[in-house]
Parts: sequence; C-alpha cells; structure tokens
Amino acid sequence: MTHDLADPRRTKAANSSEGSDFVSIVIADQLFGIPVLQVQDVLGPQRITRVPLAPPEVAGSLNLRGRIVTAIDIRTRLGLPELADGKSRMSVVVDHGGELYSLMVDQVGEVLSLSPSAFERNPATLDPRWREVSAGIYRLDGSLLVVLDVARLLLLTSRAEAA
Amino acid sequence: MDDLLSEFLTETTENLSVLDLELVKLEQNPDDPALLGNIFRLVHTIKGTCGFLGLPRLESVAHAAENVLGKIRDGELGVSAQAISLILESLDRVKTIMAALEATETEPAGDDADLIGRLNDLAAGRAAAPASAAPPAAAAPSEAAAAPAADIAAAAPAAESIESELPNEESEEAPAGAARPSEAGKEPSVAGQTIRVNVDLLENLMTMVSELVLTRNQLMQILRSQKDSEFTAPLQRLSHVTTELQEGVMKTRMQPIGNAWAKLPRLVRDLALELGKKLDLRMLGAETELDRQVLEMIKDPLTHMVRNSADHGIETPAERLKAGKPEQGTITLNAYHEGGHIVIEISDDGRGLALDKIRKKALSAGLATEAELAAMTDQQIQQFIFRAGFSTASQVTSVSGRGVGMDVVRTNIEKIGGTIELKSVAGKGSSFIIKIPLTLAIVSALIVECAGERFAIPQISVVELVRAAENSENRIERLHDTPVLRLRNRLLPLVSLQDLLRLGAPREASSETFIVVAQVGTYSFGIIVDRVFDTEEIVVKPVAPILRDITMFSGNTILGDGSVIMILDPNGIAAASGEKTVEEGGVREQVAARAEKGGEKTSLLLFRAGGEGPKAVPLALVARLEEVELQKIEESNGKPVVQYRGKLMPLVTIDPGYRLGKEGRQPVLVFADGERNMGLVVDEILDIVEEQLTVELAAERQGYIGSAIVAGKATDVIDAGYFLTLAFEDWFSPEAEAEDGGKRVLVVDDSPFFRNLLAPLLSVAGYRVTTVESADRALGLCEAGEDFDVIISDIEMPGMNGFQFAETVRGSTRWQNTPIVALSSHTTPKDLHRGREAGFADYVAKFDRDALLNTLSETLSLQKGAA
Repeated sequence: MTHDLADPRRTKAANSSEGSDFVSIVIADQLFGIPVLQVQDVLGPQRITRVPLAPPEVAGSLNLRGRIVTAIDIRTRLGLPELADGKSRMSVVVDHGGELYSLMVDQVGEVLSLSPSAFERNPATLDPRWREVSAGIYRLDGSLLVVLDVARLLLLTSRAEAA
Repeated sequence: MDDLLSEFLTETTENLSVLDLELVKLEQNPDDPALLGNIFRLVHTIKGTCGFLGLPRLESVAHAAENVLGKIRDGELGVSAQAISLILESLDRVKTIMAALEATETEPAGDDADLIGRLNDLAAGRAAAPASAAPPAAAAPSEAAAAPAADIAAAAPAAESIESELPNEESEEAPAGAARPSEAGKEPSVAGQTIRVNVDLLENLMTMVSELVLTRNQLMQILRSQKDSEFTAPLQRLSHVTTELQEGVMKTRMQPIGNAWAKLPRLVRDLALELGKKLDLRMLGAETELDRQVLEMIKDPLTHMVRNSADHGIETPAERLKAGKPEQGTITLNAYHEGGHIVIEISDDGRGLALDKIRKKALSAGLATEAELAAMTDQQIQQFIFRAGFSTASQVTSVSGRGVGMDVVRTNIEKIGGTIELKSVAGKGSSFIIKIPLTLAIVSALIVECAGERFAIPQISVVELVRAAENSENRIERLHDTPVLRLRNRLLPLVSLQDLLRLGAPREASSETFIVVAQVGTYSFGIIVDRVFDTEEIVVKPVAPILRDITMFSGNTILGDGSVIMILDPNGIAAASGEKTVEEGGVREQVAARAEKGGEKTSLLLFRAGGEGPKAVPLALVARLEEVELQKIEESNGKPVVQYRGKLMPLVTIDPGYRLGKEGRQPVLVFADGERNMGLVVDEILDIVEEQLTVELAAERQGYIGSAIVAGKATDVIDAGYFLTLAFEDWFSPEAEAEDGGKRVLVVDDSPFFRNLLAPLLSVAGYRVTTVESADRALGLCEAGEDFDVIISDIEMPGMNGFQFAETVRGSTRWQNTPIVALSSHTTPKDLHRGREAGFADYVAKFDRDALLNTLSETLSLQKGAA
C-alpha cells in the first residue's frame, strides 16, 4: 500500500525540491531539512534492536506499528561524534523504495515553508561527506538549512557496506 | 474423481461460456480479427486437452468445429448466421458430452457423425443441410456459476491461478455422481463448486493473516501481564478466531503432495522401458498437504531424484538376480508430517552410492586431494554428490548424467529453509530424506539470547539443546581457542554466537551456557548462547535491502512483546564457522569454496617463529608436524640435532640468532626427502588455511619468498629450499645430483611463487632444476643448446600458452622427444584430452606434490624404456 503512495509523492517532492515544505531537524546544532512529502512519521525515543555485522550507520531495527523499520544514525553517517549519553533522541521515518527507514536525529523542529529565492547550491568547499547527502542549502534568518537527499543518504550506506 | 479430469471440466466449462459470448459477439462484428483469434484459440485448447486426456468423441467434435473456424479466420469462409449456429451447436454437443463425463467419468456412447459431417461440409464450402435439433444443453446450470470467474481464467494462463477446492468435494462428489448418473444435471457440478482465485490474492490474504497473528500475539502478551482484565474473554475469542482464520487461509494454499507426484508413474514407466529395467514406484502419503509455494519448489528436485534412483540406483534385472534381490527394483516415495515439518523420503533398493567412483570423480575434478579423501568418512564422501558438476554416471545418457543435478536439488531445498540428508548402504540402496517447513510464511523458532541480544533460530535446524556448565558432565573444552563439546562420544564443533556476530563486550565468565545443537545437511555443530527462551511462531519478514549482504540472517520478525528480532540462518553460520574450524564440515566448505571460485588455491601452514607476524609455508612441502622435547636436543658438528625415527635430524631456526630453550617442548615442521629429515623450529603452529595466494616478491631477505595476505593478515612466505640448504649443505649440491644421476628438469611457469615452490620440491626429490618464466624463454634455452630430461609446463601463461608451447616443441625442435608434463589447476577430462593432443605426456594438478613426483618418475622410466 505504501508502494502506491510513495511514487507520486516522491516525484512531486523531486519537482518541487527547490521551494517547498521541509521538516526541520537538528543534528549537532546544525539545521537540516527533509522534504515533508517524504516523511512518514516522527518518532520519539524507540526501543531499537541492534543488528550485528551491519554497517556502522545502521543503528538497528525497530517496530513501527507492525512494520520493521531500519534505523539509520545520521550522526555516524555524517562522521559526527555520538550524542552524549542519556539524551533522548528523535527519529524521522522516511520511505525509500517501498522500505521504511528511521533517521535518528537530535531534535525535530517544525515544518518550514521556504521560498525558492533562498535556495543555493552546495558550496564547493563543503566537506565531501556532507556534500554527498546535501541537495542544497537554504538561507534562513540567522541560520542555514541543509536539504538532506534521502535517496543518497541511504544509497551510500549500502555502498559503504559493500566496500 | 481424477484430479486431471476435474480440472479439465472446470477449465472447459469456463472456456465454453466464454465461447458462447464471443461467438454471439462475432456474429455482430464479423470483421474483428482479435475476437476470431480468441475463439479459435479457445476451441483449439479444448480440442488439444481432449486429445491429451483420451476423449475421442469430444476431440473429433472440437476438431471439426476448429476446422470451420480456421477457414473463417483464413478468410475462406464468411461469418454467417448459419456457420455460427453450427458452431454453437457443436459447442452444445461438447457440453452434453461433458455433463455425462462429469457424472460417469467416461465419455457417453453416441455418434456425432451427422454433426461432424455438416461441419465438414461447411468447411469444404458445400451448402449444409438444415440443422437438426441440437440436444438440450445439459450443462447449463454450471455455466452461470462459472461465469464470474471466467474472465480471470481467460486472462490469466492456467499456471497463474490455482484451484481452491472446497473440502471433501473430491471424495464425496465422485461417488455421488457415479451412483446417480441420471441426476447429474441437477447436482451442483464440479465446475460450480470450485472457483479460480488469483494466487496474488491468496498471498495477500496470507500476509494480512500473518500480521493479524503478530498483533494477536502482542495483545495476548499484554493480557498476560494484567489480572482480571475485562478484555480477557473477548481477546480469547479473538485469539481463537485468528487461529482458525490462519488455518483456513493456510488451507487455501495447501495442496496434496500427490499433485507434485502425478507425473512420476509415467516417468518411471518410460524410464523402465528405456533402461531395460524393471521398476516399481510406490507412493505413500500422497495426501499429505503442503503449501503450494513449497510444492512448486520441490516438484523439480523430486522428479530429478526419482530419475536418479531409476538410472543410477536400481541395477539391471540381471545384476539384481545375481545380487540375490528380486528382479524388480522398487523406488519408494514417502511423505508425512513431523512436528511442523514435512518429511519426504525418496528411497530405492538399488546398489547404493559407489564410493570408489565418487572418490575418483572428486579427485579428477579437483574437488579434493587424495590425502583429504583418505581422511574422510564414507558419509562425507557421499556428500560430494551435492557438489556442482558432479555426476558419477560414466556415460551421458538421455536420462541423467549431464552433470547438473544434486547440487541444484540441494540449493532449491535449502532456499526454502529445508534440509536434505542422504543415507546409502552399498548393495542395499540409497535414501534421501528431505525435511521442509510446512509453509514459508510462518515458522516455529527458538528464541535465544547472547550478549544481551535476542535471536530466533528456525526450529527445523535445531536438533537438541544442551546445558553446559563448568562442573556438569557437559563441559566446553578448548582445542587451541576452538571450543568443542563432547556429546555422546562425539566431538561437536562449537560456534560462539558472540564471536561470530562480533557482539563484543566479553561477557563475565558465567557459570553456565547453553548450546543449541544445529544440523545443516550432515554437518552438526553447536551454537553457544547465554540463555534459551521459548519457542514462538514467527512470521519471517525479509530484512531491509541494505542488510541483505549479511549471510548470518535469513530474515527478521516482530515478537509478541513488540520487539524486532533477527532470525539466524544456520546455513550461513555453518558456512562462516566452517572456514574457521578445519572440521568435517570445514573441509567440505573449503573444498566447496575452491570448486566455486575455480581460482588457484594453496593450502598454507601458518605459524609463528622469530618475530610476531605470522609466517606461511605451502603445506605440500611439509611432511609432518612434530613436537620435540628441548631436553633431547643434542649437538652435532656445532649444530642442533635431535634423534628422530632412529636417525639424526638437524634442526634449523628461522632466525639464525635464535637460541633454543632448555626445557619444555617446541613444535617443529619436518621437511623430508626419502631418508633425510630436517626440522624447522617454530614457536607456534597457528592454522592451516586455503587461500588464493598472491605473493609480492620482496625477498631481499634470505629464506623468504616474499609476503602475501593470508587470512587478512600480512604474512611472510618462507622459502623452504633455503632452510634445507642450511641443514644439509649438500642438499642441492652438484655432487648429490651426480650420485643419483640427477635428471634435468625444466620448469616453465609464469608465477614466481610456483617456480619458487617447485624448485626446492623437485631439488629435494633429486632433480636438477632450471626454471624459466615463459614459453619463449624455454624455447630460447632450446636454441642455446640446453638439454633436459623432462619439461614441466604450466598451461595458462601470458604470451604463448602451455598447449601452444607443447605443440611447438613437438613440432620441430631438438626437444621433440623430451617428454612434457602439463601442470594445471584445471584437470577436467576435456583438458586432459586437449593436453594429450597438444603433445603432453601427462597432466598433473598443480597442488599435488605426490602426483607430480610420481608422474615425473613414471614419465622418465617410460622414456628410458622407449629409448
């Protein structure tokens, strides 16, 4: 059923990626955005089952209303240190190719409507690890928002695993 | 009623009602070629099926009608009301016959000559006589029932849909129909009681039910933690209904295994004729039901195995009489339920597996060396038949022996989570025992815990559970870090789940652990876990794509308490552990790995000596592994020696500055050459591995060939030849050669590693060795006037390959009488043949030291005899 919904959504998100609504998230004090149409769910802290031998980015699997969702630790993915212990973490569940992935982030903020005029491409000097997963930057008042390219974020996980 | 017949009735009834509609449409749109094509196809199908089932009356009517339609399709006849009426009339005749067929299971007697005659007249373009009154359409009631399903059936080919038959329909309908043939028309017909449902729909239902089962389990878990809940009663009812629903849906997917066997009697009969054998096929438990998905998967393997039994297993009548057995051989198929699984046995009372043939074949296919074979039990040798490309039939017959076979069978069965076992007694027969899960969707699994994580192990692979504690009789012992368990007088290799899955955090030495004894094929091993919980019915879900590379897991699932749990794959664990433990399974896995990759693999002995890093020496060069007591080391001529097998054996250390201790024992690698032995003192023997060697030559250091990556670590490969000269200065010296008359050998091989490996090996055996790295260089030596007694050449070389080299040498050089021995990692009969044609005297596998030496001496003595 998710298959049926996912495709039109993704196309739509792709078409309007330069001027659209984003779910804002915070990782290590940096603001990121995920196109709102790709987001299925926002979760509080979850019980996660570790998956031995999995790539380091894979935090484990969790049960989302009967569906098994793979949790990806964005901090590890971006090469950031682990969050200090004890702090609760939130997750954004996205659909990719019919599979659900739960992206673990520090905080989830509100949905932002951003105008295309504030969009910029990635600066050439951006850390390659970030450039891989960034679809561009929005200039906001007082901060910058990095648009996460979910497909590449997940694709590279599997490539890293193969290597 | 015969399954085939009832299927035919259902299908044909559907087709007929489609035809009725289509023909009327055709009358209105006579020029629609698609419509006409469809009608033609349907009638053709009916005709074809009738012919197949041996129903001549139906067939001839359908054939005549098809003729007319053919003419119309080809434009030779116009679509007229008369033609359509005539065809409709013939369809009605078909229905009448079918109604009788359904009641009595035979075609009614009767004559259709009149109808056929008129159809033929029409086809031939003659004006037809006025239509006589058609018999009444007796099958009318069934039409209505079949109509809704008809479009599905027409759209989807038969293979896409399955028949879900109402329970007891088969057993009750047939006798009832037979008893009251006259009432057949009024009874709900077979066609009416069955509907065709798309398989996808059933699959979807199954998925939904699986989810429902999971939710039910979750609810029940919550309920258990609450006392006197008002939900107790309704939840119990929900639970019951869910269970019944699950069983019901599973039943729709169930088919008797007899369906997969339907073609076997005919197959066996034909085989008996073709092979000149007397065969009897006994089928027991044909009514045993299993999931259609599973059924589809095992259909081909079963057919293949029965074929094998008939061809390889059962002897000819003459042989059987001689062996004191009845002339007729029996193949028995037996299916039964056993604790959530289905067991299918295929056994024959034939000659059993020919171990000698298997050994020979394994050797010639390079699957194992003679030494490995000698160390194997009969059962292990039998396992070779599950290897790719393995067929012991010396002759390729049309029946079997094409070399594709049991490996495919095994793969197919393992794919559905099943296991296959083989028992064979020479002269008594063989039997294969296949164990498969009842359904693929829901399996029973054992929940275990290791390092705080829980895992599920499919119950099908679990043989038993053993509690192991320090002070109990079941105690884990260690063979150099490898844990093993004594279990009923057998040593069971153990795998630590914690190490295997790198769960980290070395658990505090707990006083007791549990061992899950698992079996994969005939390989038993134990999985060490911390705790064992219950068994639970789980719904296997595939793991996320980014985790699919991890072979340890076959899926994941959600437990009753809502947590996600990984399902362990015993096959994956066996494969992973087999590489670590050189145990019965280990040998097999390694051999299999070699066979699969086809690359050049060398057995290496890993040891530590003179420094921390591991060192390696090709195992082929090492004669024995010994331990010497340091106290017994004496000195002779200023060098350490030890008495060994009644002789003095010089001891050499890797590092010349190394001082031997005075007490304790020290491992020694013994290199032997006929009478002489040399011992290389090492600190520790680490392992024996099989690796594809890529040696990087960096050997400025004496005693080293170079370094390579072995088992993931940088490893120094030592030059055994160098240490031999240290022990016996005359080992390679010309005097020694002169004594034996030192035959001259030329080694042509592009791999520096093999040149370095062969040179000391051959020198030790008393040959004078010259090595060159290419065929061109060898021919250069020929022109330069060098002479050799024998040439050893690699086959795969850059530039001129071995075959071309041999042809050139045989062609017109001075060496045309010098024997050439081919050295190759490929020793298939085809290669051998090609080698002979090219002019090689013999063909030797690259890693077989003894075979090489034997071949050399044989070749040379032949040469002497000829000269």
